[in-house]
Amino acid sequence: MAFLELKNVSKSFGGQRVLSDINLSIQEGEFVAIVGYSGQGKTTLINLVAGLIKPDHGEVSLEGKIVTGPGPDRGLVFQNYSLLPWLTVGENIALAVDQVFPEWTAAQRLAHIDKYIAMVKLSHAKDRLPKQLSGGMRQRVSVARTLAINPRILLLDEPLGALDALTRGTLQDEIAHIWQTERKTVVLITNSVDEALLLADRIIPLTIGPGATLGESIPVTLDRPRDRKGVNHDPEFKRLRALVTNQLLAFNASRKVSLTQKLIRPDILPENLEAPRVNRPPRRPGEEKQEVIVSS
Amino acid sequence: MKSFKLDGLVLPLFGVACVLLAWTVSSATWAKDLPSPLKTWESSKPYIMEPFAKRGEMDQGILRFSWYSLKLVAQGYAIALIIGTPIGFFLGLSKTFTKTFDPIIQVLRPVSPLAWLPLGLVLFLSTGKDAGTYGALFTIAICSMWPTVLNTAVGVRAVPQDYLNVGKVLKLSRWKTLTKILIPATLPYMFTGFRLSLGISWLVIVAAEMLTGRPGVGGFLWQEYNSLVYEHIILSIITIGVIGFILDRLMSLVEARFKAIS
Repeated sequence: MAFLELKNVSKSFGGQRVLSDINLSIQEGEFVAIVGYSGQGKTTLINLVAGLIKPDHGEVSLEGKIVTGPGPDRGLVFQNYSLLPWLTVGENIALAVDQVFPEWTAAQRLAHIDKYIAMVKLSHAKDRLPKQLSGGMRQRVSVARTLAINPRILLLDEPLGALDALTRGTLQDEIAHIWQTERKTVVLITNSVDEALLLADRIIPLTIGPGATLGESIPVTLDRPRDRKGVNHDPEFKRLRALVTNQLLAFNASRKVSLTQKLIRPDILPENLEAPRVNRPPRRPGEEKQEVIVSS
Repeated sequence: MKSFKLDGLVLPLFGVACVLLAWTVSSATWAKDLPSPLKTWESSKPYIMEPFAKRGEMDQGILRFSWYSLKLVAQGYAIALIIGTPIGFFLGLSKTFTKTFDPIIQVLRPVSPLAWLPLGLVLFLSTGKDAGTYGALFTIAICSMWPTVLNTAVGVRAVPQDYLNVGKVLKLSRWKTLTKILIPATLPYMFTGFRLSLGISWLVIVAAEMLTGRPGVGGFLWQEYNSLVYEHIILSIITIGVIGFILDRLMSLVEARFKAIS
Protein backbone atom coordinates (compact mmCIF):
# COMPACT_ATOMS: atom_id res chain seq x y z
CA MET A 1 0.00 0.00 0.00
CA ALA A 2 1.11 3.48 -0.74
CA PHE A 3 2.69 5.53 2.00
CA LEU A 4 0.83 8.73 1.22
CA GLU A 5 -2.36 8.45 -0.77
CA LEU A 6 -4.81 11.00 -2.11
CA LYS A 7 -8.03 9.60 -3.53
CA ASN A 8 -10.34 11.71 -5.72
CA VAL A 9 -9.56 14.78 -3.67
CA SER A 10 -11.20 18.03 -4.68
CA LYS A 11 -11.40 21.42 -3.06
CA SER A 12 -13.31 24.61 -3.86
CA PHE A 13 -12.98 28.07 -2.42
CA GLY A 14 -15.98 30.36 -2.60
CA GLY A 15 -17.70 28.30 -5.30
CA GLN A 16 -14.57 28.27 -7.44
CA ARG A 17 -13.22 24.77 -7.99
CA VAL A 18 -9.49 24.89 -7.28
CA LEU A 19 -8.51 21.25 -7.33
CA SER A 20 -10.52 18.37 -8.71
CA ASP A 21 -9.99 14.62 -8.80
CA ILE A 22 -6.51 14.59 -7.40
CA ASN A 23 -5.16 11.06 -7.22
CA LEU A 24 -1.69 10.59 -5.92
CA SER A 25 0.19 7.77 -4.29
CA ILE A 26 3.69 8.06 -3.00
CA GLN A 27 5.95 5.26 -1.77
CA GLU A 28 7.98 5.49 1.40
CA GLY A 29 11.34 7.17 0.85
CA GLU A 30 10.30 8.68 -2.46
CA PHE A 31 11.07 12.26 -3.44
CA VAL A 32 8.20 13.59 -5.50
CA ALA A 33 8.06 17.04 -7.06
CA ILE A 34 4.79 18.65 -8.08
CA VAL A 35 5.39 21.29 -10.71
CA GLY A 36 2.89 23.85 -11.86
CA TYR A 37 2.10 27.46 -12.54
CA SER A 38 1.60 29.98 -9.77
CA GLY A 39 -1.91 30.38 -8.44
CA GLN A 40 -3.15 27.00 -9.69
CA GLY A 41 -3.59 25.38 -6.31
CA LYS A 42 -0.16 23.99 -5.48
CA THR A 43 -0.23 25.43 -1.98
CA THR A 44 -3.83 24.25 -1.55
CA LEU A 45 -2.69 20.76 -2.44
CA ILE A 46 0.10 20.74 0.12
CA ASN A 47 -2.17 22.26 2.78
CA LEU A 48 -4.60 19.40 2.15
CA VAL A 49 -1.84 16.90 2.78
CA ALA A 50 -0.70 18.84 5.85
CA GLY A 51 -4.28 18.83 7.14
CA LEU A 52 -4.50 22.61 7.43
CA ILE A 53 -7.54 22.50 5.16
CA LYS A 54 -10.01 19.68 4.63
CA PRO A 55 -10.96 18.32 1.19
CA ASP A 56 -14.54 18.78 -0.03
CA HIS A 57 -14.53 15.31 -1.53
CA GLY A 58 -12.15 12.40 -1.36
CA GLU A 59 -9.61 11.59 1.30
CA VAL A 60 -5.96 11.96 2.16
CA SER A 61 -4.30 9.13 4.03
CA LEU A 62 -0.82 8.64 5.43
CA GLU A 63 0.27 5.07 6.18
CA GLY A 64 -3.33 3.95 5.84
CA LYS A 65 -4.64 6.48 8.38
CA ILE A 66 -6.96 9.15 7.09
CA VAL A 67 -5.70 12.67 7.67
CA THR A 68 -8.20 14.70 9.70
CA GLY A 69 -6.05 17.58 10.85
CA PRO A 70 -2.53 18.92 11.02
CA GLY A 71 0.07 17.04 12.98
CA PRO A 72 3.82 16.76 13.44
CA ASP A 73 3.98 13.50 11.46
CA ARG A 74 3.74 15.68 8.35
CA GLY A 75 6.47 18.30 8.56
CA LEU A 76 5.50 21.34 6.53
CA VAL A 77 8.15 23.82 5.42
CA PHE A 78 6.27 27.01 4.71
CA GLN A 79 6.73 29.11 1.61
CA ASN A 80 7.43 32.22 3.71
CA TYR A 81 9.47 30.48 6.43
CA SER A 82 6.96 31.33 9.21
CA LEU A 83 9.58 31.69 11.90
CA LEU A 84 8.31 33.38 15.03
CA PRO A 85 10.10 36.74 14.97
CA TRP A 86 10.37 37.11 18.75
CA LEU A 87 12.25 33.83 19.15
CA THR A 88 15.88 33.20 18.25
CA VAL A 89 16.89 30.47 15.82
CA GLY A 90 17.48 28.06 18.69
CA GLU A 91 14.23 28.97 20.43
CA ASN A 92 12.20 28.58 17.24
CA ILE A 93 13.48 25.05 16.84
CA ALA A 94 13.19 24.40 20.58
CA LEU A 95 9.48 25.29 20.48
CA ALA A 96 8.94 22.48 17.99
CA VAL A 97 11.27 19.97 19.65
CA ASP A 98 9.89 20.58 23.16
CA GLN A 99 6.38 20.06 21.86
CA VAL A 100 7.06 16.87 19.94
CA PHE A 101 9.49 15.17 22.31
CA PRO A 102 8.21 16.09 25.77
CA GLU A 103 9.50 12.82 27.24
CA TRP A 104 13.15 13.60 26.50
CA THR A 105 15.48 15.19 29.05
CA ALA A 106 16.47 18.81 28.57
CA ALA A 107 20.00 17.77 27.63
CA GLN A 108 18.73 15.34 24.98
CA ARG A 109 16.54 17.99 23.45
CA LEU A 110 19.34 20.53 23.46
CA ALA A 111 21.69 18.11 21.71
CA HIS A 112 18.95 17.31 19.18
CA ILE A 113 18.37 21.00 18.46
CA ASP A 114 22.09 21.65 18.05
CA LYS A 115 22.41 18.70 15.69
CA TYR A 116 19.81 20.08 13.30
CA ILE A 117 21.11 23.62 13.48
CA ALA A 118 24.50 22.21 12.54
CA MET A 119 22.94 20.20 9.72
CA VAL A 120 21.79 23.41 8.04
CA LYS A 121 25.14 25.06 8.85
CA LEU A 122 23.78 27.73 11.16
CA SER A 123 25.54 26.91 14.43
CA HIS A 124 27.07 30.38 14.48
CA ALA A 125 23.62 31.99 14.27
CA LYS A 126 21.82 30.01 16.96
CA ASP A 127 21.16 33.04 19.16
CA ARG A 128 20.11 35.41 16.41
CA LEU A 129 16.61 36.60 15.76
CA PRO A 130 15.06 35.82 12.35
CA LYS A 131 15.20 39.45 11.29
CA GLN A 132 18.99 39.33 11.62
CA LEU A 133 19.18 36.53 9.05
CA SER A 134 19.07 36.56 5.26
CA GLY A 135 16.20 34.91 3.40
CA GLY A 136 18.25 31.82 2.67
CA MET A 137 19.30 31.45 6.30
CA ARG A 138 15.70 31.83 7.44
CA GLN A 139 14.56 29.08 5.13
CA ARG A 140 17.35 26.85 6.43
CA VAL A 141 16.11 27.44 9.97
CA SER A 142 12.63 26.54 8.79
CA VAL A 143 13.92 23.32 7.22
CA ALA A 144 15.86 22.50 10.40
CA ARG A 145 12.79 23.13 12.54
CA THR A 146 10.76 20.76 10.42
CA LEU A 147 13.43 18.04 10.23
CA ALA A 148 14.00 18.25 13.97
CA ILE A 149 10.49 17.03 14.76
CA ASN A 150 11.35 13.91 12.77
CA PRO A 151 8.24 13.88 10.58
CA ARG A 152 7.22 10.77 8.63
CA ILE A 153 6.94 12.88 5.52
CA LEU A 154 8.41 16.24 4.59
CA LEU A 155 6.21 18.72 2.73
CA LEU A 156 8.13 21.51 1.03
CA ASP A 157 5.87 24.29 -0.22
CA GLU A 158 7.92 26.28 -2.73
CA PRO A 159 10.61 26.50 -0.07
CA LEU A 160 13.04 28.38 -2.28
CA GLY A 161 10.55 30.54 -4.15
CA ALA A 162 11.50 33.79 -2.47
CA LEU A 163 15.26 33.37 -2.79
CA ASP A 164 17.72 34.69 -5.33
CA ALA A 165 19.09 32.28 -7.93
CA LEU A 166 22.47 31.72 -6.28
CA THR A 167 21.10 31.04 -2.81
CA ARG A 168 18.49 28.87 -4.40
CA GLY A 169 21.14 26.70 -6.01
CA THR A 170 23.08 26.28 -2.78
CA LEU A 171 19.96 25.35 -0.86
CA GLN A 172 18.88 22.87 -3.53
CA ASP A 173 22.20 21.11 -3.06
CA GLU A 174 21.70 21.16 0.70
CA ILE A 175 18.22 19.70 0.43
CA ALA A 176 19.52 17.00 -1.91
CA HIS A 177 22.31 16.23 0.56
CA ILE A 178 19.96 16.10 3.55
CA TRP A 179 17.60 13.85 1.66
CA GLN A 180 20.49 11.51 0.83
CA THR A 181 21.34 11.16 4.50
CA GLU A 182 17.85 11.21 6.07
CA ARG A 183 15.97 9.33 3.35
CA LYS A 184 12.67 10.89 4.23
CA THR A 185 9.64 10.81 2.00
CA VAL A 186 9.42 14.25 0.46
CA VAL A 187 6.76 16.12 -1.47
CA LEU A 188 8.23 19.23 -3.06
CA ILE A 189 6.02 21.89 -4.57
CA THR A 190 7.83 24.11 -7.04
CA ASN A 191 7.43 26.16 -10.16
CA SER A 192 10.96 25.44 -11.34
CA VAL A 193 11.41 22.50 -13.68
CA ASP A 194 15.16 22.46 -13.11
CA GLU A 195 14.71 22.35 -9.35
CA ALA A 196 12.34 19.42 -9.68
CA LEU A 197 14.74 17.59 -12.01
CA LEU A 198 17.69 18.12 -9.69
CA LEU A 199 15.93 16.87 -6.60
CA ALA A 200 13.08 14.51 -7.37
CA ASP A 201 12.63 10.84 -8.22
CA ARG A 202 9.37 11.60 -9.93
CA ILE A 203 7.81 14.76 -11.31
CA ILE A 204 4.07 15.29 -11.45
CA PRO A 205 2.80 18.30 -13.35
CA LEU A 206 -0.26 20.12 -12.04
CA THR A 207 -2.65 21.20 -14.76
CA ILE A 208 -4.16 24.62 -15.01
CA GLY A 209 -7.19 25.60 -12.96
CA PRO A 210 -10.03 26.11 -12.37
CA GLY A 211 -10.28 22.56 -11.21
CA ALA A 212 -6.62 21.71 -11.65
CA THR A 213 -5.63 18.10 -11.41
CA LEU A 214 -2.42 16.09 -11.57
CA GLY A 215 -0.97 15.04 -14.90
CA GLU A 216 0.93 11.90 -15.82
CA SER A 217 3.94 11.40 -13.56
CA ILE A 218 7.36 11.47 -15.13
CA PRO A 219 10.08 9.37 -13.49
CA VAL A 220 13.49 10.99 -13.19
CA THR A 221 16.15 8.34 -13.47
CA LEU A 222 19.21 10.55 -13.33
CA ASP A 223 22.02 9.25 -11.13
CA ARG A 224 22.52 10.82 -7.74
CA PRO A 225 24.16 12.94 -6.53
CA ARG A 226 23.14 15.18 -9.39
CA ASP A 227 25.66 17.84 -10.21
CA ARG A 228 23.98 21.06 -11.22
CA LYS A 229 26.67 21.98 -13.71
CA GLY A 230 27.12 18.50 -15.14
CA VAL A 231 23.45 17.70 -15.74
CA ASN A 232 23.08 20.54 -18.18
CA HIS A 233 24.94 18.46 -20.74
CA ASP A 234 23.26 15.19 -19.87
CA PRO A 235 20.99 14.15 -22.77
CA GLU A 236 18.54 12.47 -20.40
CA PHE A 237 18.27 15.67 -18.36
CA LYS A 238 17.64 17.67 -21.51
CA ARG A 239 15.02 15.22 -22.67
CA LEU A 240 13.19 15.29 -19.34
CA ARG A 241 13.32 19.03 -19.13
CA ALA A 242 11.86 19.35 -22.60
CA LEU A 243 9.18 16.80 -21.70
CA VAL A 244 8.07 18.52 -18.51
CA THR A 245 8.29 21.99 -20.00
CA ASN A 246 6.26 20.98 -23.04
CA GLN A 247 3.58 19.42 -20.85
CA LEU A 248 3.31 22.59 -18.79
CA LEU A 249 3.19 24.74 -21.90
CA ALA A 250 0.53 22.49 -23.40
CA PHE A 251 -1.66 23.05 -20.32
CA ASN A 252 -1.30 26.73 -20.82
CA ALA A 253 -2.07 26.58 -24.55
CA SER A 254 -5.34 24.79 -23.88
CA ARG A 255 -6.38 27.72 -21.74
CA LYS A 256 -6.05 30.14 -24.64
CA VAL A 257 -9.39 31.34 -25.87
CA SER A 258 -10.14 33.47 -28.84
CA LEU A 259 -12.72 36.16 -28.84
CA THR A 260 -14.11 37.94 -31.84
CA GLN A 261 -15.55 41.35 -31.35
CA LYS A 262 -16.78 44.09 -33.55
CA LEU A 263 -14.88 47.30 -33.21
CA ILE A 264 -16.74 50.45 -34.08
CA ARG A 265 -14.47 53.25 -35.04
CA PRO A 266 -15.20 56.70 -33.71
CA ASP A 267 -17.69 58.00 -36.18
CA ILE A 268 -15.81 61.01 -37.44
CA LEU A 269 -12.94 61.79 -39.77
CA PRO A 270 -10.82 64.93 -39.98
CA GLU A 271 -12.42 67.50 -42.15
CA ASN A 272 -11.20 67.81 -45.68
CA LEU A 273 -9.94 71.35 -45.79
CA GLU A 274 -9.61 71.30 -49.54
CA ALA A 275 -13.33 70.85 -50.07
CA PRO A 276 -15.30 74.03 -50.58
CA ARG A 277 -16.00 75.89 -47.37
CA VAL A 278 -19.71 76.14 -47.72
CA ASN A 279 -21.88 73.01 -47.24
CA ARG A 280 -18.82 70.89 -46.46
CA PRO A 281 -20.31 67.52 -45.49
CA PRO A 282 -19.15 65.83 -42.27
CA ARG A 283 -17.20 62.72 -43.05
CA ARG A 284 -18.68 59.74 -41.23
CA PRO A 285 -17.25 56.42 -42.29
CA GLY A 286 -19.58 54.23 -40.22
CA GLU A 287 -17.21 51.41 -40.94
CA GLU A 288 -16.87 48.32 -38.81
CA LYS A 289 -13.71 46.40 -38.27
CA GLN A 290 -13.35 42.85 -37.03
CA GLU A 291 -10.67 41.99 -34.55
CA VAL A 292 -9.61 38.70 -33.06
CA ILE A 293 -7.99 38.73 -29.66
CA VAL A 294 -6.10 35.70 -28.48
CA SER A 295 -5.41 35.77 -24.79
CA SER A 296 -2.53 33.88 -23.33
CA MET B 1 25.13 69.41 11.81
CA LYS B 2 25.95 72.33 14.07
CA SER B 3 22.77 74.16 13.21
CA PHE B 4 20.79 70.99 13.78
CA LYS B 5 21.97 70.76 17.38
CA LEU B 6 21.00 74.37 17.90
CA ASP B 7 17.56 73.75 16.43
CA GLY B 8 16.90 71.01 18.92
CA LEU B 9 17.41 73.36 21.84
CA VAL B 10 16.80 76.88 20.55
CA LEU B 11 13.53 76.30 18.72
CA PRO B 12 11.68 74.69 21.66
CA LEU B 13 12.96 77.46 23.94
CA PHE B 14 11.72 79.99 21.42
CA GLY B 15 8.33 78.30 21.49
CA VAL B 16 8.23 78.51 25.29
CA ALA B 17 9.20 82.19 25.10
CA CYS B 18 6.32 82.87 22.68
CA VAL B 19 3.81 81.30 25.06
CA LEU B 20 5.26 83.20 28.05
CA LEU B 21 4.96 86.42 26.09
CA ALA B 22 1.34 85.74 25.15
CA TRP B 23 0.65 84.86 28.79
CA THR B 24 2.27 88.09 30.07
CA VAL B 25 0.46 90.24 27.55
CA SER B 26 -2.86 88.56 28.31
CA SER B 27 -2.52 89.01 32.06
CA ALA B 28 -1.59 92.65 31.55
CA THR B 29 -4.40 93.48 29.15
CA TRP B 30 -7.65 91.57 28.73
CA ALA B 31 -7.45 88.98 31.51
CA LYS B 32 -6.62 91.04 34.56
CA ASP B 33 -7.28 88.13 36.95
CA LEU B 34 -4.74 85.91 35.25
CA PRO B 35 -1.53 86.03 37.28
CA SER B 36 1.59 86.94 35.30
CA PRO B 37 4.36 84.36 34.85
CA LEU B 38 6.50 86.13 37.43
CA LYS B 39 3.74 86.20 40.04
CA THR B 40 2.97 82.57 39.34
CA TRP B 41 6.57 81.63 39.91
CA GLU B 42 6.83 83.55 43.16
CA SER B 43 3.65 82.11 44.52
CA SER B 44 4.53 78.57 43.42
CA LYS B 45 8.09 78.65 44.73
CA PRO B 46 7.39 77.02 48.12
CA TYR B 47 5.57 74.17 46.40
CA ILE B 48 8.36 73.58 43.92
CA MET B 49 11.33 74.20 46.19
CA GLU B 50 10.00 71.88 48.87
CA PRO B 51 8.20 69.42 46.63
CA PHE B 52 7.63 66.85 49.37
CA ALA B 53 6.61 69.16 52.22
CA LYS B 54 3.39 68.46 54.06
CA ARG B 55 1.98 71.51 55.76
CA GLY B 56 -1.61 70.43 55.87
CA GLU B 57 -4.08 68.15 54.12
CA MET B 58 -4.47 70.45 51.12
CA ASP B 59 -1.19 72.34 51.44
CA GLN B 60 1.58 70.03 50.35
CA GLY B 61 4.57 70.11 47.99
CA ILE B 62 3.66 69.64 44.35
CA LEU B 63 5.47 66.34 43.92
CA ARG B 64 3.80 64.98 47.05
CA PHE B 65 0.45 65.81 45.49
CA SER B 66 1.59 64.26 42.22
CA TRP B 67 2.62 61.15 44.11
CA TYR B 68 -0.88 60.76 45.55
CA SER B 69 -2.37 61.18 42.08
CA LEU B 70 0.10 58.77 40.50
CA LYS B 71 -0.64 56.15 43.15
CA LEU B 72 -4.35 56.33 42.41
CA VAL B 73 -3.71 56.31 38.66
CA ALA B 74 -1.47 53.29 38.97
CA GLN B 75 -4.19 51.34 40.76
CA GLY B 76 -6.96 52.33 38.36
CA TYR B 77 -4.72 51.74 35.35
CA ALA B 78 -3.74 48.31 36.65
CA ILE B 79 -7.41 47.38 36.99
CA ALA B 80 -8.04 48.63 33.45
CA LEU B 81 -5.24 46.47 32.03
CA ILE B 82 -6.20 43.39 34.02
CA ILE B 83 -9.79 43.62 32.84
CA GLY B 84 -9.21 45.17 29.41
CA THR B 85 -6.56 42.81 28.01
CA PRO B 86 -8.60 39.60 28.35
CA ILE B 87 -11.67 41.35 26.95
CA GLY B 88 -9.53 42.41 23.99
CA PHE B 89 -8.39 38.83 23.48
CA PHE B 90 -11.95 37.54 23.56
CA LEU B 91 -13.01 40.21 21.08
CA GLY B 92 -10.14 39.31 18.76
CA LEU B 93 -10.66 35.56 18.98
CA SER B 94 -14.42 35.12 18.95
CA LYS B 95 -16.80 36.50 16.37
CA THR B 96 -19.76 35.70 18.60
CA PHE B 97 -18.22 37.62 21.49
CA THR B 98 -17.57 40.56 19.17
CA LYS B 99 -21.13 40.56 17.88
CA THR B 100 -22.47 40.39 21.42
CA PHE B 101 -20.38 43.02 23.12
CA ASP B 102 -18.97 45.31 20.46
CA PRO B 103 -22.11 47.52 20.27
CA ILE B 104 -22.07 48.02 24.05
CA ILE B 105 -18.37 48.86 23.99
CA GLN B 106 -18.87 51.36 21.20
CA VAL B 107 -21.62 53.05 23.22
CA LEU B 108 -19.75 53.11 26.53
CA ARG B 109 -16.44 54.19 25.02
CA PRO B 110 -17.23 57.86 24.34
CA VAL B 111 -18.80 58.49 27.77
CA SER B 112 -16.89 61.20 29.64
CA PRO B 113 -15.18 60.54 32.99
CA LEU B 114 -17.33 63.28 34.47
CA ALA B 115 -20.36 61.12 33.73
CA TRP B 116 -18.88 57.93 35.13
CA LEU B 117 -17.75 59.40 38.44
CA PRO B 118 -21.20 59.93 40.01
CA LEU B 119 -22.10 56.37 39.03
CA GLY B 120 -18.86 55.16 40.63
CA LEU B 121 -19.70 57.00 43.83
CA VAL B 122 -23.18 55.48 43.87
CA LEU B 123 -21.82 51.99 43.26
CA PHE B 124 -19.53 52.22 46.27
CA LEU B 125 -21.78 54.24 48.57
CA SER B 126 -21.86 51.35 51.02
CA THR B 127 -18.11 51.70 51.65
CA GLY B 128 -18.73 54.99 53.45
CA LYS B 129 -15.81 57.37 53.49
CA ASP B 130 -13.82 55.29 50.97
CA ALA B 131 -16.52 55.75 48.34
CA GLY B 132 -14.51 58.61 46.83
CA THR B 133 -11.45 56.41 46.36
CA TYR B 134 -13.35 53.48 44.91
CA GLY B 135 -15.45 55.74 42.74
CA ALA B 136 -12.31 57.35 41.37
CA LEU B 137 -10.70 53.97 40.73
CA PHE B 138 -13.84 52.77 38.96
CA THR B 139 -13.87 55.86 36.78
CA ILE B 140 -10.19 55.62 35.89
CA ALA B 141 -10.48 51.94 35.09
CA ILE B 142 -13.59 52.14 32.95
CA CYS B 143 -12.46 55.22 31.02
CA SER B 144 -8.92 54.09 30.32
CA MET B 145 -9.80 50.50 29.49
CA TRP B 146 -11.05 51.04 25.94
CA PRO B 147 -7.81 51.69 24.05
CA THR B 148 -6.34 48.53 25.59
CA VAL B 149 -9.44 46.52 24.72
CA LEU B 150 -9.63 47.71 21.13
CA ASN B 151 -5.92 47.60 20.34
CA THR B 152 -5.58 44.11 21.79
CA ALA B 153 -8.53 42.97 19.70
CA VAL B 154 -7.02 44.45 16.53
CA GLY B 155 -3.66 42.89 17.40
CA VAL B 156 -5.16 39.44 17.90
CA ARG B 157 -7.00 39.67 14.59
CA ALA B 158 -3.76 40.74 12.90
CA VAL B 159 -1.73 37.71 14.00
CA PRO B 160 -0.51 36.19 10.72
CA GLN B 161 -2.21 32.92 9.81
CA ASP B 162 1.27 31.46 9.19
CA TYR B 163 2.17 31.73 12.87
CA LEU B 164 -1.05 29.99 13.81
CA ASN B 165 -0.35 27.31 11.21
CA VAL B 166 3.01 26.65 12.86
CA GLY B 167 1.13 26.04 16.09
CA LYS B 168 -1.40 23.80 14.34
CA VAL B 169 1.23 21.65 12.66
CA LEU B 170 2.99 21.19 16.01
CA LYS B 171 -0.37 20.52 17.68
CA LEU B 172 0.26 23.08 20.39
CA SER B 173 -2.36 23.08 23.13
CA ARG B 174 -4.69 26.07 23.39
CA TRP B 175 -2.76 27.39 26.34
CA LYS B 176 0.57 27.06 24.55
CA THR B 177 -0.80 28.65 21.38
CA LEU B 178 -1.90 31.56 23.55
CA THR B 179 1.35 32.00 25.47
CA LYS B 180 3.83 31.04 22.75
CA ILE B 181 2.20 32.57 19.68
CA LEU B 182 -0.83 34.79 20.26
CA ILE B 183 0.44 36.90 23.15
CA PRO B 184 3.95 37.56 21.75
CA ALA B 185 2.49 38.38 18.33
CA THR B 186 -0.04 40.77 19.88
CA LEU B 187 2.34 42.50 22.31
CA PRO B 188 3.19 45.47 20.06
CA TYR B 189 -0.51 46.25 19.61
CA MET B 190 -1.18 45.69 23.29
CA PHE B 191 1.49 48.17 24.28
CA THR B 192 0.10 50.80 21.95
CA GLY B 193 -3.17 50.28 23.78
CA PHE B 194 -1.43 50.42 27.17
CA ARG B 195 0.21 53.72 26.27
CA LEU B 196 -3.06 55.32 25.14
CA SER B 197 -4.79 53.96 28.25
CA LEU B 198 -2.17 55.49 30.51
CA GLY B 199 -2.70 58.86 28.86
CA ILE B 200 -6.43 58.64 29.45
CA SER B 201 -6.13 57.49 33.05
CA TRP B 202 -3.96 60.52 33.75
CA LEU B 203 -6.61 62.75 32.20
CA VAL B 204 -9.29 61.14 34.31
CA ILE B 205 -7.46 61.43 37.64
CA VAL B 206 -7.67 65.20 37.57
CA ALA B 207 -11.42 65.19 36.94
CA ALA B 208 -11.91 62.52 39.59
CA GLU B 209 -9.91 64.41 42.22
CA MET B 210 -11.64 67.68 41.45
CA LEU B 211 -15.05 66.17 42.05
CA THR B 212 -14.15 64.06 45.08
CA GLY B 213 -11.82 66.58 46.71
CA ARG B 214 -9.10 64.02 47.30
CA PRO B 215 -5.60 65.34 47.96
CA GLY B 216 -3.69 65.23 44.68
CA VAL B 217 -2.79 67.55 41.83
CA GLY B 218 -6.36 67.77 40.58
CA GLY B 219 -7.79 68.26 44.07
CA PHE B 220 -5.20 70.92 44.75
CA LEU B 221 -6.11 72.71 41.54
CA TRP B 222 -9.79 72.81 42.42
CA GLN B 223 -9.17 73.86 46.02
CA GLU B 224 -6.89 76.71 44.99
CA TYR B 225 -9.49 77.88 42.48
CA ASN B 226 -12.04 77.99 45.28
CA SER B 227 -9.63 79.87 47.53
CA LEU B 228 -8.85 82.33 44.73
CA VAL B 229 -5.13 81.44 44.49
CA TYR B 230 -5.07 81.43 40.72
CA GLU B 231 -1.29 81.09 40.49
CA HIS B 232 -1.57 77.55 41.77
CA ILE B 233 -4.03 76.62 39.05
CA ILE B 234 -1.30 77.33 36.54
CA LEU B 235 1.26 75.48 38.64
CA SER B 236 -1.05 72.45 38.70
CA ILE B 237 -1.70 72.60 34.97
CA ILE B 238 2.02 72.68 34.21
CA THR B 239 2.68 69.82 36.62
CA ILE B 240 -0.10 67.70 35.12
CA GLY B 241 1.24 68.40 31.63
CA VAL B 242 4.85 67.57 32.46
CA ILE B 243 3.97 64.36 34.27
CA GLY B 244 1.65 63.28 31.47
CA PHE B 245 4.43 63.94 28.97
CA ILE B 246 6.96 61.93 31.01
CA LEU B 247 4.54 59.00 31.37
CA ASP B 248 3.90 58.98 27.64
CA ARG B 249 7.63 59.06 26.85
CA LEU B 250 8.32 56.19 29.21
CA MET B 251 5.56 54.09 27.68
CA SER B 252 6.75 54.85 24.14
CA LEU B 253 10.19 53.58 25.10
CA VAL B 254 8.68 50.30 26.28
CA GLU B 255 6.44 50.15 23.21
CA ALA B 256 9.37 50.75 20.86
CA ARG B 257 11.23 47.85 22.45
CA PHE B 258 8.40 45.46 21.65
CA LYS B 259 7.91 46.86 18.16
CA ALA B 260 11.58 46.33 17.44
CA ILE B 261 11.38 42.60 18.14
CA SER B 262 8.59 41.63 15.82
